[in-house]
Amino acid sequence: MNSQMGKPSISISRVAIYAVLLLAVVVYLVPLIVMLLTSFKSPEDISTGNLLSWPTVVTGMGWVKAWATVDGYFWNSVKITVPAVLISTAIGAINGYVLAMWRFRGSQLFFGLLLFGCFLPFQTVLLPASFTVGKMGLAASTTGLVFVHVVYGLAFTTLFFRNYYVSIPDALVKAARLDGAGFFTIFGRIILPMSTPIIMVCLIWQFTQIWNDFLFGVVFSSGDSQPITVALNNLVNTSTGAKEYNVDMAAAMIAGLPTLLVYVLAGKYFLRGLTAGAVKG
Amino acid sequence: MSSVAVFSKASPFDALQRWLPKLVLAPSMLIVLVGFYGYILWTFVLSFTNSTFMPSYKWAGLQQYTRLLDNDRWWVASKNLAVFGGMFIGISLVLGVVLAVLLDQRIRREGFIRTVYLYPMALSMIVTGTAWKWLLNPGLGLDKMLRDWGWEGFRLDWLVDPSRVVYCLVIAAVWQSSGFVMALFLAGLRGVDQSIIRAAQIDGASLPTIYLRVVLPSLRPVFFSAVMILAHIAIKSFDLVAAMTAGGPGYSSDLPAMFMYSFTFSRGQMGMGSASAILMLGAILAILVPYLYSELRTKRHE
Repeated sequence: MNSQMGKPSISISRVAIYAVLLLAVVVYLVPLIVMLLTSFKSPEDISTGNLLSWPTVVTGMGWVKAWATVDGYFWNSVKITVPAVLISTAIGAINGYVLAMWRFRGSQLFFGLLLFGCFLPFQTVLLPASFTVGKMGLAASTTGLVFVHVVYGLAFTTLFFRNYYVSIPDALVKAARLDGAGFFTIFGRIILPMSTPIIMVCLIWQFTQIWNDFLFGVVFSSGDSQPITVALNNLVNTSTGAKEYNVDMAAAMIAGLPTLLVYVLAGKYFLRGLTAGAVKG
Repeated sequence: MSSVAVFSKASPFDALQRWLPKLVLAPSMLIVLVGFYGYILWTFVLSFTNSTFMPSYKWAGLQQYTRLLDNDRWWVASKNLAVFGGMFIGISLVLGVVLAVLLDQRIRREGFIRTVYLYPMALSMIVTGTAWKWLLNPGLGLDKMLRDWGWEGFRLDWLVDPSRVVYCLVIAAVWQSSGFVMALFLAGLRGVDQSIIRAAQIDGASLPTIYLRVVLPSLRPVFFSAVMILAHIAIKSFDLVAAMTAGGPGYSSDLPAMFMYSFTFSRGQMGMGSASAILMLGAILAILVPYLYSELRTKRHE
């Protein structure tokens, strides 16, 4: 840095770089700032002021009203997300363990089929899946959604663990096998204890996917069993009555806060999940 | 490969051990075979029937596909996907690459800046759509703000303009995903051998030239996976349309995923809805197969 201080041309380009980066920071932040400002305004304030004007009176009414509307749906999302994330991660871990360390004839083919499942447009399975969920008597229940999320989350969770376990040296497992350790002993004693990073990645990935899901929520649930994304969409897109934008924005914040919080607290794992999901194989 | 051949005597324990991996994987294999491939086949079959509100299995030949291709709304949706997909992928790539290259210049507070660029990716498309619907609100959103700030002639009513509403979807989707492209490329840039850059610098090449001629071409694989993921997001885009425009005004901002949903689940056109889902699968395959093919080929050459 210090050696470059002498050259003015370099410092001008440095200033330009910082200017562009900061401008982009502002652009990315504006929607969030607007949401927050709007959610604390009164309806009159919204029609007289503009997006970035400071609220003349800061009021929590928008938040109170929004919470009263989406309260139940927020907890639906919790009831769907928590079991679905835990179950799909657990199954993914054991599947990945088999695919990486206990290969058998056909296991590679299965892996290939699963890989394709990551790219599957869910529209192609939506109808048969809804028949099945209906037949199981789980239509319009949060249990049905847990089931669907576990099934269609399997491809990604298995992939995460398989790719992580492939890099563990074979010798470790072979030695344990010679010592007479069995399938589950090796998994529980050797493999699981070294899986913390990938478990974090998988949990966070599944949490964001399932919490943010809208397609499955709107198809497989109705009325009281809907997740928060569906409730938010219903709230925002109803045409009856005067639009209360402060309530809309507060509800959007409520729907977005859990994943934002996870992102801020565990951004490192979030990013790793995204790139692992991206650059497969 | 490494089977349990080490054990010569087949005690019950050993036999169990040999079968255990298969037993453990069996339920998942069944789920994937039925729930993924079986259901695709099922949808494929439905697309050749005259199913309406309930599934029926009366053969209708290619009738649903010809009806689909005669349907104006389907063409609007497909054309929108081409415009939306093209612009969304193009702009996200350019923005992502530029931000990644700039961030790679030993920037102070890089961690903070990165966090800001990437946070929209943690949000649901429904939240993103809600926020941008408000920002682009004609009369109260950015439209009014810029006029309040002194730009008297400013108008921004794309959200209710059938010929421009697609651009609203592009703006929101780019805001959501460009940070992710940035993160992919930044990770790629960190993997580039610094000695190559230094060698080019000694040869007298300027920094922009080095990036354009040397560094970015070496990131071709990152480029391909970014395009793959963005195309995948574009084809599946349903929640963003639902939250921002619900396909409107009229059906001017429909995308195939939205079309499939409303014909299958609201309009009782299961047969045609299935046909549209199969065409969507075809679109994904058209992108996926060449990609996987080139991936596998480069792997073999290495």
